[in-house]
Amino acid sequence: MKQTFAIGIGGAAGQGVATPGDIFAKIFSRRGLHLNAYNAYQSIIRGGHTFLTIRTGPERVTNMGDRLDLLIPLNQDAMDRHLGLLTDGAACIYNSDTIKPGFAAAGVQLCALPVASLADITRNKVAQNTLAVGAGLSMMGVGFQSLEEVLNEQFKKKGEAVVSENVGIARVGYDYATANFRPFAWPLPMTGNRYAVLSGNIAMAMGGAAAGVKFYSAYPMSPSTGVLHWMAAHARKAGIMVRQVEDEIGVVNMAIGAAHAGVRSMCATSGGGFALMSEGLGLSAMMETPVVVIDCQRAGPSTGVPTKTEQGDLWQMLGAAFGDYPRALAAPLDIGDCFKIIPEIFNIADRFQCPGIVLCDLLLSEGRLSVDPKDLDFVPVIDRGELITNASAASGANGDGTYKRYKITQSGVSPRAIPGVPGHTHTAASDEHDEDGVLISDEFTNPTKRRAMMEKRMRKVAGIEAAVPPPVLWGPRDADVTLIGWGSTKGVIEEACEILSEQGISANQLQIRWLVPLHGDAILDILKHARHTIIVENNYSGQFARYLRSETSFVPNGHIRKYDGEPFMPHHIVEAVREQLSGKCKLSVPAHEILV
Amino acid sequence: MATALAATNHVAMADLKGKVEPDWCPGCGDFGVLAAVQKALVELQIPSHNVVTISGIGCSSNFPGFINTYGMHTLHGRALAVATGVKLANHELTVLVTGGDGDGFGIGGNHFVHSMRRNVDLLYIVMDNQIYGLTTGQTSPTSRLGMKTKSMPFGSIEAPVNPISLALAAGATFVARGFSAEQKHLTDLIKQGIQHKGFSFLDVFSPCVTYNHDNTYQWFRPRVKKLEDDTRYDSADWMAAIGKSLLWGEEIPIGKFFERTDLPALHEAEPVLDAGPLTHAALRIPEDVTRAFIEELM
Repeated sequence: MKQTFAIGIGGAAGQGVATPGDIFAKIFSRRGLHLNAYNAYQSIIRGGHTFLTIRTGPERVTNMGDRLDLLIPLNQDAMDRHLGLLTDGAACIYNSDTIKPGFAAAGVQLCALPVASLADITRNKVAQNTLAVGAGLSMMGVGFQSLEEVLNEQFKKKGEAVVSENVGIARVGYDYATANFRPFAWPLPMTGNRYAVLSGNIAMAMGGAAAGVKFYSAYPMSPSTGVLHWMAAHARKAGIMVRQVEDEIGVVNMAIGAAHAGVRSMCATSGGGFALMSEGLGLSAMMETPVVVIDCQRAGPSTGVPTKTEQGDLWQMLGAAFGDYPRALAAPLDIGDCFKIIPEIFNIADRFQCPGIVLCDLLLSEGRLSVDPKDLDFVPVIDRGELITNASAASGANGDGTYKRYKITQSGVSPRAIPGVPGHTHTAASDEHDEDGVLISDEFTNPTKRRAMMEKRMRKVAGIEAAVPPPVLWGPRDADVTLIGWGSTKGVIEEACEILSEQGISANQLQIRWLVPLHGDAILDILKHARHTIIVENNYSGQFARYLRSETSFVPNGHIRKYDGEPFMPHHIVEAVREQLSGKCKLSVPAHEILV
Repeated sequence: MATALAATNHVAMADLKGKVEPDWCPGCGDFGVLAAVQKALVELQIPSHNVVTISGIGCSSNFPGFINTYGMHTLHGRALAVATGVKLANHELTVLVTGGDGDGFGIGGNHFVHSMRRNVDLLYIVMDNQIYGLTTGQTSPTSRLGMKTKSMPFGSIEAPVNPISLALAAGATFVARGFSAEQKHLTDLIKQGIQHKGFSFLDVFSPCVTYNHDNTYQWFRPRVKKLEDDTRYDSADWMAAIGKSLLWGEEIPIGKFFERTDLPALHEAEPVLDAGPLTHAALRIPEDVTRAFIEELM
């Protein structure tokens, strides 16, 4: 099994959980270690309970894992909630002035920091956090130098005095631990690599910049707001027009306007905002104006649980807007993929002049992952399709009135002239229209023309299918069990497969990235050889299972579902698979044991 | 809104004729608005390919199909949002937004208010007939109190919106009202609105001859009074404009209520556009910039 080390930091919102997390993340990634971080939080600005998990190791770390090695509770509540998670070999560092430990399992080291006697807590309100970070790093076998470097960067804006005060406090914590606590059995290794650490939201925003997005519009909505924040902060350097709009209806329509004028435009939201955008997606399809919309799913329905994750929006994506129209729908598999998927879907949207939807979720949007900087490719392939940007373009006419914006073609794609190009004036309409753009919804209504226009647009579906790769099976061909997932569950299913193999149950994985087009035949080809199939998804009703069945008639042997707002942990899947293989049940709903 | 550069080719009325004839009811006020827009574009010599006419949904929103410019016939109420995107992507285009009172003040009310405070550089012409026509005659946001329609057969019990006061309060930098039957006056207001740099709002009384039997040509004719005829009226005076906007009944002012030219339009306020329209911008970001983006994360 892969060697990893996981830290949990818990406290109230506003107590400074994020800062120690950032410091650990920086130090780990600079040691050349991979990491995965997930923050379980609540919709509250001050108070409540926040629990950040950071898991690191020399190999790829794809999920939060099953085990905590170090717990840093910043208040009594966090201690009470999480101490019971620790097992033999783990440690808990806490402020013994204000927090009392409860019952700890055998072999758990309780590391009491007498904070008031180690630092001046009247001057520094987060002294306990800094002391704990110092102590923890000492126990992990990390040299103090790397902490000093990060603290320098963290506090340099606040001046030399603040830097030296924090470095001093950290040093005290570090030395106190060296003298009083037992180091962890596994000192953190070091590799020659260096990684960028980023959230899925930052990845998607940067992926947009790489794809040549020039217009980004949004209305703030958790957990998609991070895309807006990156875009807004980097807009002027990247040459992107970023607008915060009055509502998501305005957001998508503004993006469509900009796209129609010729730029790549994108917007991100969550399920509620997406619901408001639906009519706009139909407009994009009908006017054949490409736009890319990101939905960062959170637990629904309605306002739901804004800070919790779920894969519950699939059917909203499939059914968004009335009528039939071509669309592309893709779910990124991990945070690195959040970057890559954006240029890919823009190429599809541009080539086929239709809306592209990216179905992300809170787990990826707000989680953080170490990514090799080489994988953040700012010169991806850009294919803008059949776009007429000047009058000398070969396609269409020059001022003789014969340019047909919606020309009926074999591919269903008609060359698209952007406003400003002489000789190509036309009207793009949300009403059904003829090849030249004239409405066929009023006096020119004509069933033959309507049918021809529907078929023209829908022919693009075959083109999109050919342009998108079918999914592939990962792991041994002949396995005891095949786990099927989509989007963000890739990492945790992968680790569950590894654990199952170690336990003597061979497992392979079919992870779906392109939801539309689905490539149902390729999926059936893979699954017909499978011995036992289980669909794993983060929702109540098995939205993907129902979709797969509707497209292919395929019915799996079992289901593993979770809809408590928290992501899967590997052991949830492992235990459920064992349970189902033994014939105990066909539907498992693992309970989340971390109280967040 | 600012004028796009005129090409050397002469722009004539015939160049602006749409692919099809308007299918409005005979006598509809919208014919007059279409003619006035075409005359204004000819007088300003703006080539049709540099104009984008954008509408929502409704009788008057069929407008883009009846004029030869680039056109967008979008969703009900969403024309201003779409138009803002068009203008920000390519601010060299002349953007006209056309629609009705239901489209603009009802379903599109949110975008109406916010587009004005943003001072998006476009001309928004509302063909205000105080009724929903395409859905065969229901009460609209500008239907007068007591007006009987199919949706309020016993008379409206809701106060109408005052588009002029609302526009003034929301920060529109050009606010005017025209009357479809006053062609020369209307054409002049459209020209001013196109030339104004910023959000130009033009509410036009455009009578519905089929469904509105209260606010007819005959009803308006004796009531409308041109603000331009009052030599003491100063359209730079916002308070005076508010006062005039409240008049309704025996005297209803038309003309330019208000204009201010000291505020930047939205596209002028954003430095990202300093290098020119986004539609002409390079797709790739310079490598030193992208390297810095990644370095931030390490």
